[in-house]
Amino acid sequence: MIEEDFRHFLENRISASDHPREQIVDTIFSLQDRYGYLSDELLAEVSMLFEMSHLEIEEIATFYEFIYRKPVGKYVIHVCDGVVCWMNEYGSVLDHIRRKLNIDYGQTSHDGRFTLLPTCCIGYCDRSPAMMINRRVYGRLSPEKIDDILKNLD
Amino acid sequence: MTMQVLFKNRHPERIATLEEYCKSGGYEALEKALKKYSGSEIRSIALDALLLGRGGAGFPAGKKWMTVADNAPFPRFIVCNADEMEPGTFKDRVLIHADPHQIIEGMIIAGYSVFAERGIIFIRSSYENAARILEREVSNARQAGFLGKNILGSSFSMEITIHRSAGRYICGENTAQINAIQGKRANPIQPPPYATEKGLWNLPTVTHNVETLACVPHIIRNGHDWFKSLSRTSTGAGTKLYCVSGRVKNPGCFELPMGTRLSEIIEDHAGGLPPGYQYKTCLPGGASTRFLPKDLYDIEMDFESLKRAGHRLGTGSVIVFDQKTCLVGATLNMIDFFARESCGWCTPCREGIPFIRDILFRIENGEGKEEHISWLQRMSKFISNSYCALAPGAAAPVESLLTYFEDEVREHISQRKCPFIQKDMLS
Repeated sequence: MIEEDFRHFLENRISASDHPREQIVDTIFSLQDRYGYLSDELLAEVSMLFEMSHLEIEEIATFYEFIYRKPVGKYVIHVCDGVVCWMNEYGSVLDHIRRKLNIDYGQTSHDGRFTLLPTCCIGYCDRSPAMMINRRVYGRLSPEKIDDILKNLD
Repeated sequence: MTMQVLFKNRHPERIATLEEYCKSGGYEALEKALKKYSGSEIRSIALDALLLGRGGAGFPAGKKWMTVADNAPFPRFIVCNADEMEPGTFKDRVLIHADPHQIIEGMIIAGYSVFAERGIIFIRSSYENAARILEREVSNARQAGFLGKNILGSSFSMEITIHRSAGRYICGENTAQINAIQGKRANPIQPPPYATEKGLWNLPTVTHNVETLACVPHIIRNGHDWFKSLSRTSTGAGTKLYCVSGRVKNPGCFELPMGTRLSEIIEDHAGGLPPGYQYKTCLPGGASTRFLPKDLYDIEMDFESLKRAGHRLGTGSVIVFDQKTCLVGATLNMIDFFARESCGWCTPCREGIPFIRDILFRIENGEGKEEHISWLQRMSKFISNSYCALAPGAAAPVESLLTYFEDEVREHISQRKCPFIQKDMLS
């Protein structure tokens, strides 16, 4: 299911590395950027690219927070629930997003645009409360600011 | 304004360029190191400078380099640990966004000191911007001749690559990180052998925190005595990047002399607490350090002073709690973090932390019983019998909560509810 030229790109990047296995996470990220999430079919492709068993790839894929093994929306919203954001009431950020998009943790909105997930402290405690959308960080959140951010995502 | 070393070229909303870094003396240390010193001389200078690891453990950097045997096999690796995932900690992010070349120069000098020709920067995925900055600046450094073959005409060559993590706290642990880079599940490996003997691909691997490496060029350029003189205390050396967050007016990252008093960091630099709030306690170095009792409010924030008081400096990331914030709730939040992030490899951590979480949850929600206090005391001791430092770190806030704030815990139990204004308890 991977397009031929994209597969070549991945293969070249892997073979350029002294130790191909160093490239597993980057390869999965590239696949996610293109196809949204790491489906069973894509996982099988990764195992072929690295000549590793499905189980070995699964073991890595399920270990990490930002590798998605289930379908996600175009935008994945991770709300930081670290202790500093807890003090700064991340719960109100979460409630606002829940109400606005009508989704709970682990769910995707009906239009397929948004998935809501938690994340541990993302290291933006000086701009708390904070969240991440597709690996971009937004801080000092308020309901109005969240509305603006979501509106401005194309 | 105190002496700025690591933040000398820090501008609001702008990253220092290679030219700016060079103008301020950047890469002079590399030239000096390659032309004037041998690898073993560099190792001695770092040891004499009392450069202690800034990632939390405070291990002397020079000593770490000395554990790489002269006849150890090649290639050898330098890993820069930018997997900053300790809650409350963001100094490495700020440093990379301020002046990234001192980290790169530090890596090259550290590489030269142990003849490691391959550098890897391991960076967490929520720091994608920082990862891109580093990729760009590594490439700029290569074009300027500071990386690549025969650096500045010497016989030393080095390449640096960026390795993105996909997000897991345990990857910040040295041995777990080595597994992660090798494309394995990131479980920690109990030494021996130490990573400096058999690390990545069974070859010598030296891992340092971002801030530790950033200190290296300044030490080589200005000497170990200068570096030691930057500290307020005789047991410390250099400056320290202190992060302050939680209940303060101006949260941020401040470069101050090592050993600056906690009260000064909070009041003079982070603006103190907002009106209507009083200081109750703080975590001095991230979520895996102990709550400080009030009488240590003036403590000198260096590794040795905190150790003497029975505490840990950790990453020097101060999280301030006020009198209106429930410490049972805060500890529950942190223990929930540790339970989620435990790799599950060893029993005390995998089973013990969720047990503590369950008890704290009951206490916070009015279902606490008298005997729960002794259960928590026993379990927070027990989980320290684990493979790596994650579980002892997780135990630190729990054990210190019981030691210094037992009354607050008991109030939850006797009132059968949280005596503080209810906050969001979802986790």
